[in-house]
Amino acid sequence: MKYAYFPGCSLHSTAKEYDISARAVAGALGIELLEIPDWVCCGATPAHLTLHLLSLALPVKNLLAAKKLGNYEVATCCAACFSRLKIANKFMEDDLEHRGNVEEIVGAKYSGEVKVRHFLDILVNVFGLKNINQRVTKKLSGLKVACYYGCLLTRPPEVTQLDDLEDPHLMDDLMKIIGAEPVQWPYKTECCGASFSLTKTDIVLKLSGDILQMAQDEGAQAIVVACPLCQSNLDLRQGMINKQYKKKFNIPVFYFTQLLGLALGIEGTKLGLEKHLVNPLPLLREKGIIAKR
Amino acid sequence: MKIGVFVCHCGTNIAATVDVEKVAQEAAKLPKVFFATDYKYMCSDPGQNLVKEAIAKHSLDRIVVASCSPSLHEKTFRICVEAAGINPYLIEMANIREHCSWVHHDREKATAKAIELVRLAVAKVSCNRPLQKTYVPVEKRVLVIGGGISGIQAAIDISFAKYPVVMVEREPSIGGRMARFDKTFPTLDCAACILTPKMVTVAQSKYVTIHTYSEIEEVTGHVGDFTVKIRKKSRCVDLRKCTGCGACFAKCPVKVPSEFDLGLGMRKAIYVPFPQAVPNIPVIDRRNCLYFKTKKCGLCKKACLAEAIDFEIQDEIIEQKFGAIIVATGFTQFDHSVYGEYGYGKFKDVITGLHFERMVNSSGPTAGKIIRPSDGKEVKDVVFIQCVGSRDEQKGMSYCSRLCCMYTAKHALLLKEHNPDSQAYVFYIDIRAAGKNYEEFVKKVQDEYGAVYLRGRVSRIFEKGGKLIVKGADTLSGSQIEIKADLVVLATGLVAQEEAVKLAQMLHIPYDKNNLYTEAHPKLAPVETITSGVFLTGACQSPKDIPDTVATASAASVKALGLLIQDKLEREPLIAKVDNKLCSSCQACIKACPFNAIEPEEIEDRQLKRKRIVAKVIEGVCAGCGNCTAVCRMSAIDLEGFSNRQIMEEIEAL
Repeated sequence: MKYAYFPGCSLHSTAKEYDISARAVAGALGIELLEIPDWVCCGATPAHLTLHLLSLALPVKNLLAAKKLGNYEVATCCAACFSRLKIANKFMEDDLEHRGNVEEIVGAKYSGEVKVRHFLDILVNVFGLKNINQRVTKKLSGLKVACYYGCLLTRPPEVTQLDDLEDPHLMDDLMKIIGAEPVQWPYKTECCGASFSLTKTDIVLKLSGDILQMAQDEGAQAIVVACPLCQSNLDLRQGMINKQYKKKFNIPVFYFTQLLGLALGIEGTKLGLEKHLVNPLPLLREKGIIAKR
Repeated sequence: MKIGVFVCHCGTNIAATVDVEKVAQEAAKLPKVFFATDYKYMCSDPGQNLVKEAIAKHSLDRIVVASCSPSLHEKTFRICVEAAGINPYLIEMANIREHCSWVHHDREKATAKAIELVRLAVAKVSCNRPLQKTYVPVEKRVLVIGGGISGIQAAIDISFAKYPVVMVEREPSIGGRMARFDKTFPTLDCAACILTPKMVTVAQSKYVTIHTYSEIEEVTGHVGDFTVKIRKKSRCVDLRKCTGCGACFAKCPVKVPSEFDLGLGMRKAIYVPFPQAVPNIPVIDRRNCLYFKTKKCGLCKKACLAEAIDFEIQDEIIEQKFGAIIVATGFTQFDHSVYGEYGYGKFKDVITGLHFERMVNSSGPTAGKIIRPSDGKEVKDVVFIQCVGSRDEQKGMSYCSRLCCMYTAKHALLLKEHNPDSQAYVFYIDIRAAGKNYEEFVKKVQDEYGAVYLRGRVSRIFEKGGKLIVKGADTLSGSQIEIKADLVVLATGLVAQEEAVKLAQMLHIPYDKNNLYTEAHPKLAPVETITSGVFLTGACQSPKDIPDTVATASAASVKALGLLIQDKLEREPLIAKVDNKLCSSCQACIKACPFNAIEPEEIEDRQLKRKRIVAKVIEGVCAGCGNCTAVCRMSAIDLEGFSNRQIMEEIEAL
């Protein structure tokens, strides 16, 4: 199993632990991730706010680079990268006018032939839950988690074609297989405030605060995410949320790759667990998932 | 041969894009054309007179009218030329409106095309031959399919004229959707009080035969002479012996959710759907009956003093002839389980308007108490969401279901009357209250009953702490709203019945992309279909409220009666004809005919001096579609009015 791997900027910076844990999990399962050489920004939020064509040309440049690697599908962990790459593919497939313009910009022919998958989708639907189950060495029993998918994984459905739009369950299924207990909660796809984190932090504090509150009310001890921005808003901003709304949240926010890594017997130190602001180690120790000091 | 060409301006419909005067001038130059002119409205009285006068003055013997589609005015001009003494089949229409002016912008090119179309029509008409109408007898009986308010009204209207009616209803009782309603907007009449007398009237009429728990199996024939097979499904109860005493269902040990109450109440395995059912005779639900499942029980049979219950009764097929058919099959509710944001239909306390209707009904499963289906608690805050499945191209239908605004307003009012401490919140897109006293009614609900109307959509509903949390937008104040509700009522739209297409194909009537039956003309023939003798009423054609449904039922009845009072019916002579000499008896035409209008016939071939099989067209059944002429390898079958020669002449004129 080989994929052209597109980490994106977050996984090389603020979400380094997502990258570390994804590679560790891939290694343990025998999935080869070939990082696309000379990849550039996917465009994220700024590109499509600046120039529509730029927001298509940037991902296409990356997809063309992936094509040079060989006949592989592209794997990505970041929800925004996933969204931008998929949207670019959709335009290149269906919209001849845009295809022509973008081809002129990137100087190459491309009509959406390099398929893109989210790493979660690869694990659950390609590698398979059954196969994962066979490799699990440590069940995360007793850990109640709220699986939080955010806005981009399932939307727009005609582009992402991943999971149920309003009530996704891929991550829940994965968590169940590794022994954790996903709670039923209604905020799986609520907005966390996304990139307003930098420009209008108040909005993020409110929205992410609501998500933390709902997770706690529904009995979750931790939140599991598949998006670097979600993680950052829920984890990095948790202190500010506590201050602003006089709360005492202490909810660790994991990447699904980190919990899967633990279940596969990978050591916590090799999954970047120390990089979170809300320290997850006490909870993991309490549940007997990592060794007590 | 003297051909006259009449070019119509159709106001500016044609004249704005096509130079009609030039078309007339060019037409006059065509061979055999003796006279050509243009006029503002050729279909109007002066326009028709112009045609008649020209025929008389110039002794014209064939006419081309260059105007709109033949489906609109061919008949008009046939009548017109017939009055002037010309055989009505010696005219042709050149469609320079739908096929030309309405679809083009370039005046010069459109004019050139219009001239071409006229040239074709002239070529064709020169090959037309006079045809005579045929006549068929009329079976003086009407079939009404569907026993809801629509079918009931139609049957009553026809029975008033003393013609026999047969009504076929799929459910065990007539009454349809309306029998489930509590009150009707905007007058707040009790639905049962105005419906049940009609149910009794129709049941007691000596002109009406009702087949409940029955379905249409097959329809053959044509206007005036339809042959219909009706399957009377076995109730396992003898209708003649049953007294309706109810001892059987009192004894029945099986309880299942009642379809009539949408699962809010229970019924037995032998049941009448509701107490006012007509006929008031129970039916055994074989899927749930213990006798049919295990061959044990039979308690109902023991309890029946009239000895009416017989498990061995089988379905019965009745075959009957009808002169006209009225389709009154109604609608079904949009299935809201596609709406993930409203919980995919999983939340017990998210119900539909019809559920609410059953609950608020004093003879319903909760005896008129509005409660939460999940825990039976009384409700205080209720959120109503309009346009669920309507006006939603993503997940539902693109059309407006027309009555949801009104029934939601009615529900908000009834909620306040039943639970004075309650509060109604209504999420809407637009309020469409276009009907007599409708707007006033909505205003009353807002002003006097305190319903809070919020313009916007609901983004999510979820359960938390025993309440439903409804999150939505109020686009007028530009704010986000969160309501802790006890109950959410979805105003689900109206959609075609699941089996609508099957019936349409049986009746040879067209349906649209939403499976709603298509009327012959949206304005001028709203209750007719293009299959003559088949009429539409009620919501099987488009969503309709009760007043509109009753109005179309009466309209369809008048149309059906208009057929029945005739001694014989005119049939268009534009049908297929077989040339026996050329027919090779391959029978490809028999397979190609969608109307079963061709049958094999044995003839004595005098040249070959032996008997052989040829195709024979059944004149009354042939609809003139032309499928057979296309598949005939020998060109032995030809369509009058569209003969191979006429079409060739057109092609050569191009």
